[in-house]
Amino acid sequence: MKILVCISHVPDTTSKINFTDGDTKFDTNGVQFVINPNDEFGLTRAMWFKEKQAAVVHVASVGGPETEPTLRKALAIGADEAIRVNAVATDGFSVAKQLANVIKDGGYDLIIAGRESIDYNGGMVPGMIAKLTGSNFVNTCISLEVTGNEATAIREIDGGKETLSTSLPLVIGGQKGLVEESDLRIPNMRGIMQARSKPLTVREPIVLSAATKALCFEKPEPKGAVKLVTNVDDLIDLLHTEAKVI
Amino acid sequence: MVIVYTESEEGTFKKIALEAVSYAKGIADILGTTVTAVSINGASGDDLGNYGASKVLEITDSALKNFNAEAFADVISQAAKKEEASVVVLTSSANSKFMAPLIAVNLEAGYVANVTQLPDSTAPFQVKHSVFTNKAFSTTEITTETKVLGLAKNAFGVKESAVAAVSEIFVPELNPHIFDMKLVSVDKAMDKVTIADAEIVVSAGRGMKGPENWGMIEELADILGAATACSKPVSDLGWRPHGEHVGQTGKPVASNLYIAIGISGAIQHLAGINSSKIKVVINSDPEAPFFKAADYGIVGDAFEVIPQLNQKLKAFKMQNA
Ligand SMILES: Cc1cc2nc3c(=O)[nH]c(=O)nc-3n(C[C@H](O)[C@H](O)[C@H](O)COP(=O)(O)OP(=O)(O)OC[C@H]3O[C@@H](n4cnc5c(N)ncnc54)[C@H](O)[C@@H]3O)c2cc1C
Ligand SMILES: Nc1ncnc2c1ncn2[C@@H]1O[C@H](COP(=O)(O)O)[C@@H](O)[C@H]1O
Repeated sequence: MKILVCISHVPDTTSKINFTDGDTKFDTNGVQFVINPNDEFGLTRAMWFKEKQAAVVHVASVGGPETEPTLRKALAIGADEAIRVNAVATDGFSVAKQLANVIKDGGYDLIIAGRESIDYNGGMVPGMIAKLTGSNFVNTCISLEVTGNEATAIREIDGGKETLSTSLPLVIGGQKGLVEESDLRIPNMRGIMQARSKPLTVREPIVLSAATKALCFEKPEPKGAVKLVTNVDDLIDLLHTEAKVI
Repeated sequence: MVIVYTESEEGTFKKIALEAVSYAKGIADILGTTVTAVSINGASGDDLGNYGASKVLEITDSALKNFNAEAFADVISQAAKKEEASVVVLTSSANSKFMAPLIAVNLEAGYVANVTQLPDSTAPFQVKHSVFTNKAFSTTEITTETKVLGLAKNAFGVKESAVAAVSEIFVPELNPHIFDMKLVSVDKAMDKVTIADAEIVVSAGRGMKGPENWGMIEELADILGAATACSKPVSDLGWRPHGEHVGQTGKPVASNLYIAIGISGAIQHLAGINSSKIKVVINSDPEAPFFKAADYGIVGDAFEVIPQLNQKLKAFKMQNA
């Protein structure tokens, strides 16, 4: 089985969100970038397929040279090869088309992406890849087993979960649950050394026109001070008469 | 034309569907056009006129009995083509988010999720949506001819309008590929309010000390008709099911009221609940960061406050019933 894990390179969850250039760009000053958490769960599941089912695991990211340390980290965790498509990732549809092109050339059986990137929360790349490559698709995937050409996946639905059976080629939008939290791996020294000599191929992008373009950003209005009360009667009263939510 | 997909459950339209129709009507008014709703094996469409739909395309097909993202996406795309839609409105339900990118590819349309208000402009088409898990908003221009919008829950509200809706039977063509995806089983608690649909969410964290103490949390949720939720460590520890974990790596919450009990208010937790309207925090530590993000708070021990709150709320509910 040949697996591609799509990695989006995102600000760490504790990052302060600020914008520059007249609020048109995310301010990367002092921000640490990491593997998108949803992709990290997927990558870890891919490692399981590599170890238990002899899968070959590639990782791919659409982005500039600044995403290479994130791809190297994925290699240090155990991926075999990395691909970077040298394009600025600003439009989800374009990213999906670039990745679909990589997938067509690479002949992957299973494509593991994340439910959403935690930065722009597009939640579109995996579904678009699936449609563009004619693959089956399971979103918000929290469990995945593959036997031969058949796959069983569990997806989270509103208020529960459902089990689906399908076949390869398959794209998933993965999330927490795909592996246990405790199975997530921190690259060790040996992995980091090995990653240095693993292939990281840079591909030039195909020419596309974007479907969307972000014009400007703003932050929510600062919050007023909390009203502290000392007893539950006051709380109930405020929720009823002032906030009108009960 | 503006197309809106209206999800129903057990024979009635979901509130988010009515909100989506209201929003679609808002866009249609700006564009000087009308709204067509698409209902797949759903409730009868007559009352959708009350929210602004002029036409309801009703699809009844036993092959579409269970949700199948690819099939539903194909049906909605076909409806959009038939109606020559320039805008397709979806919600933020798990099913909508599953289908939206498939519809976008079918229609070669730009897609924007988590839309929070009507477009600032429709030519060019510019719309505001939340990004960075509600830590910011972006105004994005969609440059394709057709646009797909995913409306954020509770952002626009249900708005009444008086339009007469006509129903029309629509027979879509189903691609055999959709049968490559088979539903094996569904595991859903039917008697519980889901976080996605809830108006009120009662959430508790590690301050509750252990799973055996959740009785009072469940009771509070029951009294309020609320969904229960928890912080990430609580689900990691196995005290509560994973489906209850809210935050940046869990589910988003956009309820009217969010009550956080014994939760410190870490940035990753707040990211997921920011778009809830009113936040109440009950925490024994006055320095807990959550108080900075809250509207109302009680500094106190949950083990004392919650039983009192439950008792008083029951009395309040009796009085106001
Ligand atoms: C990559 C990443 C992603 C993450 N994603 C999420 C996420 O999506 N959601 C999430 O929730 N977390 C997430 N976290 C974890 C987050 O950083 C915090 O660790 C977590 O939210 C803390 O949970 P808590 O508030 O329940 O526990 P604690 O931080 O231990 O807080 C417990 C609180 O309970 C209070 N308390 C104690 N006893 C009582 C009492 N008797 N009565 C009242 N109050 C009491 C304490 O004062 C304290 O404030 C993530 C972390 C990382 C690194
Ligand atoms: N620039 C990118 N390069 C590679 N994969 C990406 C990129 N952007 C998004 N993805 C993948 O698509 C998933 C969903 O992203 P999004 O649609 O941007 O929310 C991510 O979790 C990644 O797996």
